Amino acid sequence: MSGARGGPQPGDGAMNAAMRPFPAAAGEALRDTRLRANLAGATHTIREKRNRVVAEVPDWPQLREAGRAIKVEVLAHLDTYLEAFEQAVTDAGGHVHWAPDAAAANQVVLDVARAHQVSEIVKVKSLTTDEIGLNDALAAGGVHAIETDLAELILQLDGDWSSHILVPAIHLNRTEIRDLFRATIADPSLGDDPRELAEASRRYLRERFLTARMAVSGANFGVADSGTVCVVESEGNGRMCTTLPPVLVTILGIEKLVPTFGDLEVFLQLLPRSSTGERMNPYTSLWTGVTPGDGPQEFHVVLLDGGRTRVLADQVGRQALHCIRCSACLNVCPVYSRTGGHAYGSIYPGPIGAILTPQLYGIEAAPTLPFASSLCGACYEVCPVMIDIPSVLLHLREKAVAAGAKPGERLAMKAVSWIFGGRRRFAAAARLGRLGQRPLVRRGRIVRLPAPLAAWTRTRDLRPLSSESFRDWWERRR
Amino acid sequence: MRVALFITCIGDAVTPEVGRATVAVLERLGHEVSFPAEQTCCGQMHINSGYRAEADRLGERFMEVFDGCEVIVSPSSSCVGTMRELHPALRGRLFELSELLVHKLGVTDVGASFPHSVVYHPTCHSLRVTNVGDAPLQLLRAVAGLELVELPDARECCGFGGTFAIKNADTSTAMVIDKCAAIVSTGASVVTAVDSSCLLQIGGRLSREGAEVRTMHLAEILAHAASG
Repeated sequence: MSGARGGPQPGDGAMNAAMRPFPAAAGEALRDTRLRANLAGATHTIREKRNRVVAEVPDWPQLREAGRAIKVEVLAHLDTYLEAFEQAVTDAGGHVHWAPDAAAANQVVLDVARAHQVSEIVKVKSLTTDEIGLNDALAAGGVHAIETDLAELILQLDGDWSSHILVPAIHLNRTEIRDLFRATIADPSLGDDPRELAEASRRYLRERFLTARMAVSGANFGVADSGTVCVVESEGNGRMCTTLPPVLVTILGIEKLVPTFGDLEVFLQLLPRSSTGERMNPYTSLWTGVTPGDGPQEFHVVLLDGGRTRVLADQVGRQALHCIRCSACLNVCPVYSRTGGHAYGSIYPGPIGAILTPQLYGIEAAPTLPFASSLCGACYEVCPVMIDIPSVLLHLREKAVAAGAKPGERLAMKAVSWIFGGRRRFAAAARLGRLGQRPLVRRGRIVRLPAPLAAWTRTRDLRPLSSESFRDWWERRR
Repeated sequence: MRVALFITCIGDAVTPEVGRATVAVLERLGHEVSFPAEQTCCGQMHINSGYRAEADRLGERFMEVFDGCEVIVSPSSSCVGTMRELHPALRGRLFELSELLVHKLGVTDVGASFPHSVVYHPTCHSLRVTNVGDAPLQLLRAVAGLELVELPDARECCGFGGTFAIKNADTSTAMVIDKCAAIVSTGASVVTAVDSSCLLQIGGRLSREGAEVRTMHLAEILAHAASG
């Protein structure tokens, strides 16, 4: 199906060992014409929808500013808010676990499953559980996790992985999905009408919801002062997970807190318009601890660090933790909308992934990602919490160079900077260049250059240096 | 007004006609142009490639070279935007050409004539870093005989991005192919912008495709006087 099938599986940094440099992975994705068509159609549709509904909100700039301010406040006093959240959840009858890394978080889930002798759990779509590789960890412990979000189910059945934060199967079209369902959960007579496809998945999942004794969810927000957890989704399958099984475990990245219940007002306006282009989110589930006789009777929250405190220590890079996973930056990105998410080698693709992955896992693990951007700034423009992604990219490029640039590149950059250090040097270099380019110029164009500039001339002509520089003209004119 | 010209490294060595046009437009409007000879490069390529220390030295050099210049103009929105972000003291002093003309000098009709169909590509940095707004369009609309044609998906990046065009050549190429297709689809004979770097990318691809469309910097169009 997709070229990325069997690609690196995310989870606790293990993904990074197998991570390919972005340019190579992107090149492969770009040659997949069906992927290109699926992506171009889908990203442009969501983009236009988002623009329409954002334009309706007169105070959108103020909402963005408020969203940013709340996140800045939370991160500045994260220790206080986390302890308040722990207290509130405990008071409401829930259990709080602190997980420094993926392995610790996975172990909590496995322990709860074992305590209840559960061998099958249902899951609501969750990037965080993908980040920690929960499904694989559970499988290794003999527990089968069933994805219940339609797109996640498609990927699970296909042995594939997510390529978009919000539309995980964006790289597949409905014919591909019909073929997959026919081979796994439905009759060979299944058609490719979206309603038919949804119905097939509904029949399959309904049975799982009714028999599952334990569920695992991620969360969009945790409210520090009330201990409330909030999940935002659009199918209702998430709500099935958070209400039907008697035991519920929620994995929450520590950056997902908001100070008060009232702060949700800001994010529940910003998120749906930015992500799916909807005015209001279809299924917003909020629960606080345990309510006797209603919903899960045992509730656990796992607070996951997983590299986040390291990100927090970086004054420029920490704004990546503001992210509310809306994916607006993916949909507008000229790079993502052509390469798709798998090229980023991480569960967090696109512009936000390019700044989050190298920070969560270390720059050595993903040194090419900060360069996977033309710095066009479209991501910053749409970000609902005003993450200045281009600035963080530059910051991380600096770190990538410090961690180990190619010696040839470093030498060339130093040489160019030395040449620019004096006007005579610059003029002399230009003169030298004019001489050197002579054998390469054909009809006023350079069509072939040696590496690394061959990367330009393979697909584009290059204008040669001018026979008379501006400064020579200026001097002559005096 | 006395205006110091920052020509940029590309403008000096590769596209000097843009600088000559900038001088022509400003002098036609009665301004005095100076050219501080020590200038070289703003250091943007180094910043964008992760070489901050080198970039900072070039940035400081720029500040010394242009010390004492009250108004500085450059025909490159990208260099202007970068320098203003790094050196806030340059705000109100350093302008991209269309900004200077429309926002600072209050001129939209510079007395140009250019009887051709033109599409305008709003470069990313002019839109989102330098924020020139519609200043270039106001200038183009006032050019005699010029037919301004709308560019589909105009705000999409052309794929230049400095060293991005080399480091991620496949992605950069995919972007410029789409940009060129949009340009060619309009049937315009000229594509213009306020950044020579982006025009090198677009022009390089148009040339490779054998397309008839020419690239011209905004300054060149504005320099075309009625008398020729």
